[in-house]
Amino acid sequence: MSLSNADVKKIASLARLAMNDAEIASARSQLSGIFELIAEMQAVDTKGVVPMSHAQDVSQRLREDKITESSQRELFQTIAPQVESGLYLVPQVIE
Amino acid sequence: MQWEIIIGLEVHTQLSTNSKIFSGASTTYGAEPNTQADAVSIALPGVLPVLNKGAVERAIKFGLAIGANIASRSVFARKNYFYPDLPKGYQISQFDLPVVGQGELTIQVEPLSGNGKPYEKVVRVTRAHLEEDAGKSLHEDFRGMTGIDLNRAGTPLLEIVSEPDMRSAAEAVAYAKTLHSLVRWIGICDGNMQEGSFRCDVNVSVRRPGAPLGTRREIKNLNSFKFMQQAIDYEVQWQIDTLENGGKIQQATVLFDPEKGTTHAMRSKEEAHDYRYFPDPDLLPLDITPSMLAQARDTLPELPQAKRERYVTELGLTPYDASILTSSREMAEFFEAALAEAPDQRKICANWLIGDVSAQLNRDGLDIAQCPITPKQLGGMLKRISDGTISNAGAKEVFRVMWSESGEADAIIDAKGLRQVSDTGAIEKIVDEIIANNPTQVADYRGGKDKLFGFFVGLAMKASKGKANPAQLNEVLKRKLDNNK
Amino acid sequence: MLNSSLTQMGAALHAKRISSIELTQLYLNRITELNPALNAYITTNAEFSLAQARRADQLLANGKAQSLTGIPIAQKDIFCAKSWRTTCGSKMLENFIAPYDAHVIEQFNNAGAVNLGKTNMDEFAMGSSNETSFFGPVKNPWDNHAVPGGSSGGSACAVAARLCAAATGTDTGGSIRQPAALCGISGIKPTYGTVSRYGMIAFASSLDQAGPMARNAEDLALMLNVMTGFDERDSTSLQRDKEDYARDLNKPLAGLRIGLPKEFFAEGLAQDVAGCVNLAITEYQKLGASIVDITLPNSRLAVPVYYVLAPAEASSNLSRYDGVRYGYRAPEYSDLTEMYERSRAQGFGAEVKRRIMIGTYVLSHGYYDAYYLQAQKIRRLIAQDFTEAFQNCDVIMGPTSPSTAFNLGEKGDDPVQMYLSDIYTIAVNLAGLPGMSIPCGFGSNGLPIGLQIIGNYFDEARMLNAAHQYQLVTDNHQRAPNNIGL
Repeated sequence: MSLSNADVKKIASLARLAMNDAEIASARSQLSGIFELIAEMQAVDTKGVVPMSHAQDVSQRLREDKITESSQRELFQTIAPQVESGLYLVPQVIE
Repeated sequence: MQWEIIIGLEVHTQLSTNSKIFSGASTTYGAEPNTQADAVSIALPGVLPVLNKGAVERAIKFGLAIGANIASRSVFARKNYFYPDLPKGYQISQFDLPVVGQGELTIQVEPLSGNGKPYEKVVRVTRAHLEEDAGKSLHEDFRGMTGIDLNRAGTPLLEIVSEPDMRSAAEAVAYAKTLHSLVRWIGICDGNMQEGSFRCDVNVSVRRPGAPLGTRREIKNLNSFKFMQQAIDYEVQWQIDTLENGGKIQQATVLFDPEKGTTHAMRSKEEAHDYRYFPDPDLLPLDITPSMLAQARDTLPELPQAKRERYVTELGLTPYDASILTSSREMAEFFEAALAEAPDQRKICANWLIGDVSAQLNRDGLDIAQCPITPKQLGGMLKRISDGTISNAGAKEVFRVMWSESGEADAIIDAKGLRQVSDTGAIEKIVDEIIANNPTQVADYRGGKDKLFGFFVGLAMKASKGKANPAQLNEVLKRKLDNNK
Repeated sequence: MLNSSLTQMGAALHAKRISSIELTQLYLNRITELNPALNAYITTNAEFSLAQARRADQLLANGKAQSLTGIPIAQKDIFCAKSWRTTCGSKMLENFIAPYDAHVIEQFNNAGAVNLGKTNMDEFAMGSSNETSFFGPVKNPWDNHAVPGGSSGGSACAVAARLCAAATGTDTGGSIRQPAALCGISGIKPTYGTVSRYGMIAFASSLDQAGPMARNAEDLALMLNVMTGFDERDSTSLQRDKEDYARDLNKPLAGLRIGLPKEFFAEGLAQDVAGCVNLAITEYQKLGASIVDITLPNSRLAVPVYYVLAPAEASSNLSRYDGVRYGYRAPEYSDLTEMYERSRAQGFGAEVKRRIMIGTYVLSHGYYDAYYLQAQKIRRLIAQDFTEAFQNCDVIMGPTSPSTAFNLGEKGDDPVQMYLSDIYTIAVNLAGLPGMSIPCGFGSNGLPIGLQIIGNYFDEARMLNAAHQYQLVTDNHQRAPNNIGL
C-alpha cells in the first residue's frame, strides 16, 4: 500500500505533529516501507479468532471508593511550563 | 405542511462517589483550582488508572432501575483527541461494550403549551456507559490565555444515551426530568445542575412525517430544563425555517446562548473527528459477577414507576397525583411518612402536599427536603381534620403557624382556639337567633329564594367566629329553615 | 570487587570489608572516568546516591540489611524517581523532575539499594540501537563503534563496563534481551504483570515489562526478588504470592526438555550467531537436557503485528506530552494548535514521531479493522503457538538477535532493517511470556552473542535455573571488555 502526501498530512495533523513539506515527503517514503512490512499480515485467515488485547486473561480489579490523595499542587506545578493562580495556562481555547 | 420533530438525548450524570473513577483524588465540587488534581488526574508520565468500585456499583443500579441488561463483561476504550482540559490526550470511556445495555424509562408528559392533556410515554434508553469527566477551561482573561483546572478531570460519569424517541420539547424535558429524578432517587447522582452534575446534550432533527431521518444538530451542555426547552424550540424553528427556505442542515455541534435565546454552531469542533477508539491496554475487562448484581439489587429502593402504580392501585390516588408525589424520592417519603400519621386521609394528604405545601415551598424557593414542617407535623394536622377537630379554614391557620413558627397541630389548635364547635345545642342556639333576627330573609327563602341559604351560613359562621363545624351547621340550618317551607 | 556477584558484594558489605559509601564512590569514580566515552548514564546525582549509601551502611550496621542493601544499582531513565530528572531519553522530558517514585524504585529503596544514576535509552524506549536517544548514542563497551542495542542500551553498557553492580531495564519487544545479548550480559523480562508498571513511563502498555540486567543469572534472581510483587496501582499487576526466584538455581538439569523452534534458525541468522547458539545447546545436552524440535508457525508475523500494536498504543500513550502540564513547550506559537504541534514536533525525535504516525494511522477510521484488529487476532495465534509448543518442552531456546552488534549509523536510514533486529524477541512480548538472554560466545568480530531462553508463564525460576547451570560450566558471562579500566 502506498500513502499520499495528503494522507501523511492528515495523520500528522491528527497526531498534532508540525511537519513541513520535506518532512512529509520523507515520512511518506519511510511509512510506506513500514506498511509494506506490515502488509504481510493481511493475508492471514483470522476468521473466528478472538482479538487479544491483554497478555493475561484476567478481569479488572476494583478499587474501594476512598480518597487517598491530597493536594500536591505546588510540587506538581513546579514542573509546569506556565501557571497562574493555580491554573495551567494555554493559548486561548476558542469554542 | 407539517414537520415532525425528532429528539434524542445524551445525558452526562456525575456519579456521587467520594473519589475519582480511576484514582483516589476527591471529587468535591468547588475546591481551589487543581488541588484535587492528583498524579493520575494530571496524567503524569507513568501513572495508571484503577477502576473505582463505587462508580461500577452506581452504573449497575442505574441499569437495574431502567430494566436494562447489565453486561457481564464490558470494556474500557480510549477516545483520542487533543484538548487542554483532557490531560492524557484521550478520554477513558466505553465504546462497543458498555456496562448498561438497552432499557426504558416511562415518562409523564405535560404539554408545554396549548390545551393538550398529560400523557404517558415510554422512551427507550440505548445504553449507558462509564467514562471520566474532563477538566475545565476558564476563559477569563489571563492576558489572552485560558486557565486549566483539572479538579473535575476524572470525575466518574455515566453517559446515558436515549433512542431518538422524543417528538417535542415537552417530551424531551419530561424525559430529562424523569431521568434527573431517577438518578437522584436511586442515589447515584446529586443532580445538581448548576454544578454540572447532570448535563444534557440534545440531538435535534426535523423531517416530513414518514420521510427518512433528517440531519441532526447536537445542542451541547444544557444545564437547566428551562434552557433545554428554549434551546429546542429555537433550534427546531431554525431548522424548519432553513429547510423551508430551501437550505440544508449541516451536521453540527451547537451551543445555546441563554441571553439571546439562540443556538449557534461551535467554531472549534469543525475539524472532522477521528477518535481512534481502541481498548485501553491499562484496564482489563470489567466482569460483573452475579453477587455484585444481587448486592446492587438489594440496595435499590422501590422505584418511582412502581410506587406510582402502587399509589393508584392501592391508595386510590389519581395517576396525576401519584406522579407528582413520586416526582422525587424526598416527596414520596414525605407523603408516606405524613400518611402514616393519618392513614385514612390519602386524598387529603395528597391534596395538601400537592397544594398548599408545594405552593408554599415554591414561594419560599425551597424544595421538599428543606421543608420547614416535618411529615409528622403535617400528619398530626391531617389527623385533626379527619376527626373533625378542625375545619378546613382552621387547618389553613394551623398550617400557616406550623410553617412560620413551628409547633405540633394539637398545641396550635389549643393555643389559637381553632377547635370546631360540634356541640349541636350551641349550633342550634346560633341558628335560632339568626332565624329570629332576619324574618324578611327567612320569609323570602321559604318563599323559594334558595340562594339565600348561603347568606344564613355566612351569618352563622360569623356568629360562631368561624369555629362551627360546617357540615353540622349546614344540617341544622337546613332542618330549621326547611321546617316551615 | 567489580567482578563479584551481587551475593559476594552483599557478603563483603555484611562483613564490613567494604562500606556502601566506598562501593558507591568506586562506581561514581568509574562513571566520571568512563561515561564521557560510553554515554551510558544520562543523569547521576552523587549527593543523592551517597546519602542512600550512608543510610544503607546504617542498616548494615544495625543488622537490618536485606540482600541488596547498599548495592549500587543503575536505573533505566524510564522509571520515575522522586527528585531525579527522568527524561525517558527525550527532549520532551529533558527537564522533567519526577515528583514521585515508580513502584520499581520504591522496591529498591525499601530494599536499601543505592540508586547510582539514570541510564541512557532509546527515546521513549523506541529503538534497538540506542541511537534514538536525545542524549546521544551509547557506545558498546566491547567496541566503541558498535551499538549497545536498545532500548535499554545504557543499562546494558553500564553492567558490561562495570559502571554499576546491576541495572534495570524494560522490554517491550526485546529491549532487555537484545542489548543484553549485544553487550555480553544477562537480562530477563519476566511474565507480563509480574513487575508493576506504575511509574514506568509507558511505551506500549500491553507489552511493556520491566526486568533486571546483570552479569549472571544468579544476580538476576536476586534483582527479580526485589523488583516483582503485586502493586494495586497497576490494574495489570498480578496478585500472586511473592516467590523466591533463586530457589531452583542449583537444581540439576537432567530431564529438561529444550524446544528449538525451526523458525529461529532459518534464513537471516548470522552464521557465527548460529554457531554459538548451537554450541550452547550442545552444552545443555551435556548437562542432561534433551532437545525437542518445535514450530512457532506464526512467529514470522510477530514483527508486522508488533509494528501495528506497539505504535498504536504508543500514539495514544504519548498524547499526554502536549506542553501543558509538564515537559517541553515550544518557545513560539500563535495559537493552541500551533503550541501542540510545535511542542510535539520539536520535543519528539524522528523515530518517536514515526511510530506515533504509524499508530495514529492504524487506529484511524477505516483502517482499524484491517490493521489493529487483525494484528490483535494474529497476536492470539502467536500466543497459541507457544501454548502448544510448551506441551512438549519446558523451555524454548534460540538466538536473541540475528547478528552481533552492528555499527553506529549502520541502519540509521532504514527503519525496517532496524525493526528486523528484534525478530526473535518480539513474539515473547506479544504472548506475555518470560524471556531472557545470557552470553553464549563471541562472533567473528569478537562481539558478544546471546542465547535466548523463553519460558512458560511464571516459569522464571526454571529459566534462571537453566541459565545458572550453564553459567556454572562456561565462562562467557565472566568475560569483560578491554579498555574499561579493570
